[in-house]
Amino acid sequence: MPDAAPDPVYHAPPAATLLRTPLDLLDAIYDRRSGLTHLVGEPVPAILDALAAGPASAADLMQRLADDYAIEGELAALRARLAELAALGLVDARAL
Amino acid sequence: MRHGLTLKIGPAAFRVGSDWRAPIADLRTLYADYPPAPDGFADFTVRLEAKRPWRRFVRPSVHLGGDYMLPDALPLSLAHGLLAAEMGMNLQMALGWRRHLLIHASAVEKDGRALILTGESGSGKSTLAAMLGERGWRLLGDEFTLLDLDSDSVRGFPRLVSLKNAGIAAVEAVADAARFGPRLEATPKGAIRHLVPRADAIARMDEPAAPALLLYPRYGFDAATRRLAKSENFMRLTQASTNYVALGERGFGTLSRFVESVPALALDYSDGEAGIAEVERLWTEHVG
Amino acid sequence: MSAVRDLVAVLRDPAVALAFDGARWTRLLSVARAEVLDGTLAHRCADLALPAPIAAMLADIRSASETATRRAVWEAEMARRALAPLGVAVILLKGTTYAAAGLDPAPGRQIGDLDILVPRDRIDAVEAALLGNGWEWVKQDDYDDAYYRRWMHELPPLVHSERDRMIDVHHTILPLTARPTPDAAAMIADAVPIGDGGLMMLSREDMICHAAAHLIADGDLAGGLRNLWDIDRLLRQFASDAPDFWDRLATRADRHDLGPAVARAVRLAHRLYATPLPNDWHKGARSDAVFVRRLLARNGWGQETHGVNRFAFYVRSHLLRMPLRQLLPHLATKWRKRGLGGTG
Repeated sequence: MPDAAPDPVYHAPPAATLLRTPLDLLDAIYDRRSGLTHLVGEPVPAILDALAAGPASAADLMQRLADDYAIEGELAALRARLAELAALGLVDARAL
Repeated sequence: MRHGLTLKIGPAAFRVGSDWRAPIADLRTLYADYPPAPDGFADFTVRLEAKRPWRRFVRPSVHLGGDYMLPDALPLSLAHGLLAAEMGMNLQMALGWRRHLLIHASAVEKDGRALILTGESGSGKSTLAAMLGERGWRLLGDEFTLLDLDSDSVRGFPRLVSLKNAGIAAVEAVADAARFGPRLEATPKGAIRHLVPRADAIARMDEPAAPALLLYPRYGFDAATRRLAKSENFMRLTQASTNYVALGERGFGTLSRFVESVPALALDYSDGEAGIAEVERLWTEHVG
Repeated sequence: MSAVRDLVAVLRDPAVALAFDGARWTRLLSVARAEVLDGTLAHRCADLALPAPIAAMLADIRSASETATRRAVWEAEMARRALAPLGVAVILLKGTTYAAAGLDPAPGRQIGDLDILVPRDRIDAVEAALLGNGWEWVKQDDYDDAYYRRWMHELPPLVHSERDRMIDVHHTILPLTARPTPDAAAMIADAVPIGDGGLMMLSREDMICHAAAHLIADGDLAGGLRNLWDIDRLLRQFASDAPDFWDRLATRADRHDLGPAVARAVRLAHRLYATPLPNDWHKGARSDAVFVRRLLARNGWGQETHGVNRFAFYVRSHLLRMPLRQLLPHLATKWRKRGLGGTG
């Protein structure tokens, strides 16, 4: 992702856009808009669930993950995951 | 086109046209027991064509055309016209069929339940399926396994079995000589010989089977079996499917249910007889 | 009747297909696939009571087309996201527009690459933003690259490395070398939003001008039946929405130097698909018959026919796109490369 928007707000796709099949090691996610299937591991499912509660900046999301999912980590690492998810179209990064 | 026929294999009907007589004559002989397209309607058209009129006679080379084509397909020699027709029908299915999830796999049936064998070319899946088809199993299909999008059952698609190289002699030893097509030497895939499935496989081709076991055979390795994780199985099947992406959400649903309900194992085997024995042992262990 | 004439007749009035037997349907479907109109055919025939095997195949085609269309529209959304930071409006062209805006040609229409129009002075920024968001050059040699940039109306094609889909970024609608010179700046200035999703499309008149330019002035008429079907559907829709549409279209076509191309496309749509026209648009040219013959040059096996006529149109399309002194070096370079076993 370009650095044009240094601290974007991340939006989850509308409800029912993503179909999810939990497999043993990974989750298979089907995106109804793109027709793409993604095989993802933690923390991606948790990030998507946490974001479904409403748009959030990386810092806000960090807090949500810690409070609701007991997932701790580096903010930089979370930003990197979010950038990957935005590149896949699974989240939408919007400038403030 | 000058020569042509229609034929129906499982759920799909084909029209094959040719600028030459020989490939159609071969098809008529080998597919003699298959029904023609019902009411003349074929889902797909395959063309074996000469690119220029005089190329019907001078150094004849067969260009593969049809409803669905690959842009850079190389022409084949007229001696391989039967192979071209088979490749053409495969191509229509791979690129155009949407009624089932297509897995690049062979399949056989026993007691209404299906054993599916998937893997790369050279894995031995065609030879194993053909051998099983001579030993009390019903051949459901060689090149493609069709999974019904609603019922999840396996639909028969018993095309000619395409035997290659060492696999040819192995099956020649057990199958009736009258069921073989001409041996095609030096094709792009080496030597090829087509085998007509047994009569019951053709007569019962509209009878589905419930998928019960999925194997990933690999020929030429020390004997070993390994259970596949569902996620690995899911990923490999998306790659082994020719139309998973095109089917969209329905393909995802079908594949998710398949991976959830059908056990999958990788099977390495060193020679044909040992492979057959191991397959039948795994079937007893996992299916009954 | 030939299979390709059957195709035209069924698209115009699907009920005629009720009389076709299975073999005639086989030929119809082959021709429809060759003309990339199978999805359209399947939609037009959705309500007919047809024999089960035919109905099943048409249903398969409709369902696959729906998945493919959704994916094409998503590709436009990903391009919009990539270009949003630049503040450049993404104007969709052709098939993606019809699908995204829900216009009448959309049902079943196949969509190939994503075509977008952006202002010429922002083309470098657009290129950089796409390259920064996962798109990459399709492998090609320096000559082709230079050719695209110098003479064509687009960047060399880019493909997305993950999604494997092509995008063609245009800054005008015909090659810079072409004789007609449409006013791309005016097209961009008059573009209109598609809903509230942030994507744009050409004005209705410009949409027809663009489709006609592609059919008549730019192409060799390959895929012409499909392009004319688009034009027929758009004309019917736009004319019934606005009584003065035809006058506005004539004015706009003149503005873009596309008066004859638009008039020809409209007449051809009428001849093939019975598009209703006002009286003053009927004035025919005798050469229309040659175009019709070229458009219908396909047999019941789906093969192209009329070789000489087809070659004449190929030469014609190159002459239209570039003056002769440019054409000769271009063809010569292509020929030399072929002689050396190149990919030209």
